[in-house]
Amino acid sequence: MQHIVLDEAEVSFPSRSANEGFARAAAACFAARLDPTLEELADIRTAVSEAVTNAVVHAYPDKIGKITMRLRLLEDSVLEITVRDKGVGIPDVKKAREPLFTTGSEERSGMGFTIMESFMDSLQVRSAVGKGTTITMRRRLARRTAQ
Amino acid sequence: MSVTVTSRGSCLTAALSGDIDHHGARTMMRELEEIISEELPRRLELDLSDVSFMDSSGIALLLMAKRQMEHAGGTLRATHIPAQARRVLDAAGVGRLVPLE
Repeated sequence: MQHIVLDEAEVSFPSRSANEGFARAAAACFAARLDPTLEELADIRTAVSEAVTNAVVHAYPDKIGKITMRLRLLEDSVLEITVRDKGVGIPDVKKAREPLFTTGSEERSGMGFTIMESFMDSLQVRSAVGKGTTITMRRRLARRTAQ
Repeated sequence: MSVTVTSRGSCLTAALSGDIDHHGARTMMRELEEIISEELPRRLELDLSDVSFMDSSGIALLLMAKRQMEHAGGTLRATHIPAQARRVLDAAGVGRLVPLE
């Protein structure tokens, strides 16, 4: 479905774990214009953290690569967040999205996609081995001002 | 981001503070592992009141601590869980594995 884009911002950063916090803060800052509730803001920060961490941990196993996050404000108070990398890609997206599945170490829970799915309205994962992964998430925020 | 430990008899409280994300959790996990293997507490309470943010890295941290405590014959519980962290733990059903208070 095509949406009218009301505003957008894009940030790129190296796949260093220190940038996970930066990505959360940038997304929360962009979302602030929609006057979100604290809970909505927390959900957005959490979903972004999962998406960016996936790219940091899995996309570039042996090097530091580029991660790009695009934030879009769509009509009807919909926030769209796209996290893109040009890393190794996910061989089996369906399996990767299953709860508890992880190819990571004991430090990973395998719940990243489950959290993204529960906290956002929609989650799309496109990936090609050797080319990279793009995660697109959307969340409609409640209108708190009187109509 | 830090771990502060207080001990009362065989019960140990570890107060975690700061962001428990992939970046911060690694150090925290190592610290907790050391604390558990050195102190061998009967009960370990993870006090999360000063946790400013938590994602699924926190789930892995809790499950790791639970495994280690079970291995040592002790129990684990998490207390004073902030709302944001609670939503993450609930979404993953962690309450079925670790008592959340």
